Amino acid sequence: MLNSFNRIIRLGWLGLIRDGGQIFATIFILAIAILLVSSLFLSGKVGQFVINSLENKADVSVYFKETALESDITQVQDELSKIPEVKEVTYISKDQALEEFKKRYENNPVLMDSVKELGGNPFLASLRIQADKPSQYKAIAGYLDNLNLADIIEKVDYSQRQNIIERIFSITSFLGKTGLLFSSILIIIAILITFNTIKLAIYNFQEEVKIQRLVGASNWFIRGPFLVQGAITGTIAAFISLLILFFTVWLFSPKVQIFLPDLNILQLFWKNFRFIFLIQFATGIALGTFSSLIAIRKYLKI
Amino acid sequence: MIRFDKVTKIYHPHLNSEEKITALEEISLEIKPKEFVSITGRSGAGKTTLLKLLLAEEKPTLGQIFFQEQNVCEIKSGQLPYLRRQIGAVFQDYKLFPFKTVFENVAYVMEVIGAKKADIERDVPNVLEIVGLTERSNHFPRELSGGECQRAALARALIHRPEVILADEPTGNLDPYNTLEIIRLLLKINDMGTTVVLATHNREIINSIGKRVISLDKGKIIRDEEEGRFIL
Repeated sequence: MLNSFNRIIRLGWLGLIRDGGQIFATIFILAIAILLVSSLFLSGKVGQFVINSLENKADVSVYFKETALESDITQVQDELSKIPEVKEVTYISKDQALEEFKKRYENNPVLMDSVKELGGNPFLASLRIQADKPSQYKAIAGYLDNLNLADIIEKVDYSQRQNIIERIFSITSFLGKTGLLFSSILIIIAILITFNTIKLAIYNFQEEVKIQRLVGASNWFIRGPFLVQGAITGTIAAFISLLILFFTVWLFSPKVQIFLPDLNILQLFWKNFRFIFLIQFATGIALGTFSSLIAIRKYLKI
Repeated sequence: MIRFDKVTKIYHPHLNSEEKITALEEISLEIKPKEFVSITGRSGAGKTTLLKLLLAEEKPTLGQIFFQEQNVCEIKSGQLPYLRRQIGAVFQDYKLFPFKTVFENVAYVMEVIGAKKADIERDVPNVLEIVGLTERSNHFPRELSGGECQRAALARALIHRPEVILADEPTGNLDPYNTLEIIRLLLKINDMGTTVVLATHNREIINSIGKRVISLDKGKIIRDEEEGRFIL
């Protein structure tokens, strides 16, 4: 048993180094397929990051009247925190609002002067509410209306921001769906092309397989070396695509950071390195061996 | 040892067509152990079909074929290798593995049956010596002449000491010198106790061997003689 196993591995290896260049074509196609799968995974992560940061930008603020006491506001904050859809409620006092404004517009003398002109602190205390999903803001706004807090609430800015929140919601859901569809199509194409390349490579060996059958080789003794070749080709292709992916990420990470300062692809790559490594080698070996297994099937009927 | 019982083989050259080609018609014959049998006839007489049926490369349309009392037609695909390991086959086009050296071609058959490495390293050089290919052991088939290729094929058919050797036009592509050499080897193998079934249309070979000759014509046995001659 062990004897046969060793022989199958040796025959697979010999077949690979003697096949006269066909292996390079197979490695090339396999590497492209693996790169596609792993970059889809990585771009999925990047997409998720962008979607999350877009969704985090959506929030609803409740502004309280000048007369509202801080204790009333914190009571409302507690009430809101109890709603399961609410992710976070942040209290922003009048002073904090002023500070934020000053910080944001310190380089804009016109706005700074106009605040000075008004004298005192023109800002209202507010609660900034973030929901788990953009679709939940409507419900939260409705809940606030039902609390009968008209005497302390100046306004809820949901209606003003409703459009933008809904647009963010529809964009993120569109990105998610098309991304999934697009990736599925690409993965199917990659699998078909790889399968066809391996099928062509094995087609050249049909006469050899026929002779193997005629001299009494069992089907596993014939199949084995092809599976070993598939696995070796897959491993080499996975290694190559891992290198290519790393250098691409390393090269482009600083450039992407110019547009999206919070997004560090290189860090994302290292954070998910184990998983990427696993995807690449699993894809390579599985594609290589399964394609060989299916392609050789019809030549074993003699 | 080998028995054909009313074997008929009909080919349909086109799927779904009524056209039929009868390659063998009600063939009944028996070959005893250690016999040397030549099967002769014109091209298309059914010689190759007969050997293909015995090797279970094809199934008969009617009739039964027995090898060592085992019905060849009833062997399942998974069990076929065990039948074929008892038969050594030599073909007109040699059918060597192009990407394996002469040594590896011969050793492959031993690897298939699970022989030990030490046995392979002992037996392969021996058999290569018998067929006169010791010097060529590390060459690939493309580096050999036709006669050398056929001798390598013969070595491969011999290596695992099969019960019977089937040789289908083994000299078809060879010059007279190499033809003689291959026939001499087949006779030697037969002398050592292996049954040999040789299919050929070479008159000189048949006449020089002086052993049993079965003549086929249009798929039927027209003559079966001990110490027969080539008569068509």
